[in-house]
Amino acid sequence: MYRKKGKFTGEGVIPYSGEGSTVTIEGAAVCTQTGCAYTGNEAVAYAAKQCNVDVVSAYPITPQTIIVERFSEYVANGEVDTKFLAVESEHSAMSACVGASLGGARVFTSTASQGLALMHEVLYLASGLRCPIVMAVVNRALSAPINIHGDQSDMMGSRDCGWIQLFAENAQESYDLTIQAFKIAEDKGVHLPVSVNLDGFTVSHATESMKACADEDVHKFLPPRESLFKVDPTTPISVGGMALPEYYYEFKRQQEEALQLSKLFVNRVGKEYGKMTGRRYGYLRTYGLEDADAAVISLGSTCGNVRSVARTLRAKGKKVGAIKLWMYRPFPREELFSAIKDLKALAVMDRAISFGAPQGALCSDIAATLLNTGSDIKILNMIYGLGGRDIPPSTINTVFTDTLRAAKTGKVKERINYLDVRE
Amino acid sequence: MVVLKDLTKEELYAPGHRLCAGCGPSISIRMALKAARGPIAAVNATGCVEVSTTIFPYTAWRIPWIHALFENTAAVASGLEYAYDALEKRGARKGKVDIIAIGGDGGTFDIGIQALSGMLERGHDIVYLCYDNEAYMNTGIQRSGATPRGAATTTTPAGRVIPGKREWKKDFAGICAAHGISYVATASIGFFSDYMDKMKKAIEVDGPAVIHVLTPCPLGWRSNPADTIKLAKVAVQTGLFPIYEVINGKYKMSMKPGTLLPIEEYFKLQGRFSHLLKPELKDELEAIKKGAEANYKRILGLAGEPVTTQ
Ligand SMILES: Cc1ncc(C[n+]2csc(CCOP(=O)(O)OP(=O)(O)O)c2C)c(N)n1
Repeated sequence: MYRKKGKFTGEGVIPYSGEGSTVTIEGAAVCTQTGCAYTGNEAVAYAAKQCNVDVVSAYPITPQTIIVERFSEYVANGEVDTKFLAVESEHSAMSACVGASLGGARVFTSTASQGLALMHEVLYLASGLRCPIVMAVVNRALSAPINIHGDQSDMMGSRDCGWIQLFAENAQESYDLTIQAFKIAEDKGVHLPVSVNLDGFTVSHATESMKACADEDVHKFLPPRESLFKVDPTTPISVGGMALPEYYYEFKRQQEEALQLSKLFVNRVGKEYGKMTGRRYGYLRTYGLEDADAAVISLGSTCGNVRSVARTLRAKGKKVGAIKLWMYRPFPREELFSAIKDLKALAVMDRAISFGAPQGALCSDIAATLLNTGSDIKILNMIYGLGGRDIPPSTINTVFTDTLRAAKTGKVKERINYLDVRE
Repeated sequence: MVVLKDLTKEELYAPGHRLCAGCGPSISIRMALKAARGPIAAVNATGCVEVSTTIFPYTAWRIPWIHALFENTAAVASGLEYAYDALEKRGARKGKVDIIAIGGDGGTFDIGIQALSGMLERGHDIVYLCYDNEAYMNTGIQRSGATPRGAATTTTPAGRVIPGKREWKKDFAGICAAHGISYVATASIGFFSDYMDKMKKAIEVDGPAVIHVLTPCPLGWRSNPADTIKLAKVAVQTGLFPIYEVINGKYKMSMKPGTLLPIEEYFKLQGRFSHLLKPELKDELEAIKKGAEANYKRILGLAGEPVTTQ
């Protein structure tokens, strides 16, 4: 019913041109931007501020707390009109977001780790009720044992909750993706929640130089929310009623259709944002794939390290490449396939264990992408960085060495490699 | 005082829903909506009322209505209130909306009490209405913190060794009042005028207000559906469910304490208490009588009434 037929055009796959880290777009960068130094958390809070959010409802948890604190300061100093709801738990934070979003408000929250886990049932509610909430998830390990440092177990545990899930590499991307997230979520063709993920500490707490748009430009890019429907006495609708076996499945099928189609909007917004800022976003970013035999794919902050090692290796004549996945859900299956199809071997970096599963979550998705395509790309799964364990360039170098070997020999030694762990 | 002939004929809660004949909670909702003063919106916890009034594609609600989850009603309502405020501030909507959060005793006394406590502490202008049928009825009559001592439920059956629930009913009104909010009341659908007066007051109060209304459940209480209102009255008249207000911390009885009916008058109408009327459980019945009396006297004391049950 909503299906748009059409051939894949390679849209949303953004190559790094040359050695620079930004894409140059013709006729772009029309808006004036200010250079500034922010941590990932501050960048997110600043973006949310510029997005004129109506309601923020949140609860503190390391390493996300600074987002909540910064925003509280904006409210306390009268720098925003936002109604700030400091609730008594993450369960209530997300619940209040659902209430506010159904009331027609632009809504933002942020959390991490245990907070996201506590929200779990409410995440499904938010997507099922089609609430365009934006949430920053500062990725952190899950208990037990308790650990406050970065890994992506939290979001991977909620990966199938019906949210659009974006991953940022650094402070700049955290800022850029937060602004885009509102525009994607609230588009009447989408009406779904979006999470913007940034790695705990590595991104959330590291100060980086970045560029921020002027308020007016953000406002022009993102006008106030106009809701497709709302819970208001002017339109007395019932939301969240019971759907028995004769209807439930259709609701869920339509929700999946909406989430799959949302990728068109992710790309469209990424393009529009690129026109405004010179930083073009899409589903994934590739480096060196024109001629690479072996490549490494990852999410979040690790992508920078991977690219840097790939650059060094390419300078030595190795045919390697790197892929950064910005959009994890909906999974950009066709686009990713077109990007990797000529590779001989691909290493997939998972910063979470899917306990008892054949592979890490990202690797499973990539295996599914290759299913029935006739592809013979060798896939190496690398589990790494749990609980904030560092991922030094030397380790990534080993990953490239192994992947190049697999490309050459056509053989994969280990089904899963647990990097830098004492066994 | 609300009198019958002044009641609005408008039914914001439409007939045709699928709640049981003689359902106390259903009556409580119909009455509550008749107490509305203007535009209202409701947030309803998972439970009998929610599942039976909105089976898709039907709805019994002629007001904007949200069902979210079992335990987060107070939080969803908090967000909705803030949304209305924020939209008004930026000129995107106009006019006051009275928000009513509705939960059963399980969704309120137990799993939802954290969210409710947060809502009360933060001072949202919301009426929280707890319809109390004294057990988790939707899932098949399991005990809750509101189930009275002695009652048989499917998780506290009247067994050969344990005669029904062992614990007393939670002092829910006291817990709410302890948040320092300006209006808390207990009520019973057996006294509709008193209940609706309280509902009206709760709506008028600026800030949070809580109404705890007793709503018999024929299925769970194993009573005659025709006795629902009678039971709701007798519960009050035996002193088992005292009705009172707590206005800015001050307790006020809603009915002059007269002679209380014997508890047996209440128990004999319900299967859930029938075991307590057997001679071998005399001591348990005595203990319940004592406890009920002590609770009643406690509230009389708080209300500054002479502490007598005669
Ligand atoms: C988190 C969660 N736990 C359990 C349930 C199952 N459940 C649904 S309704 C209900 C009982 C509701 O009891 P109450 O609040 O007293 O309302 P009533 O059914 O009596 O109207 C339960 C246990 C649920 N929906 N969600």
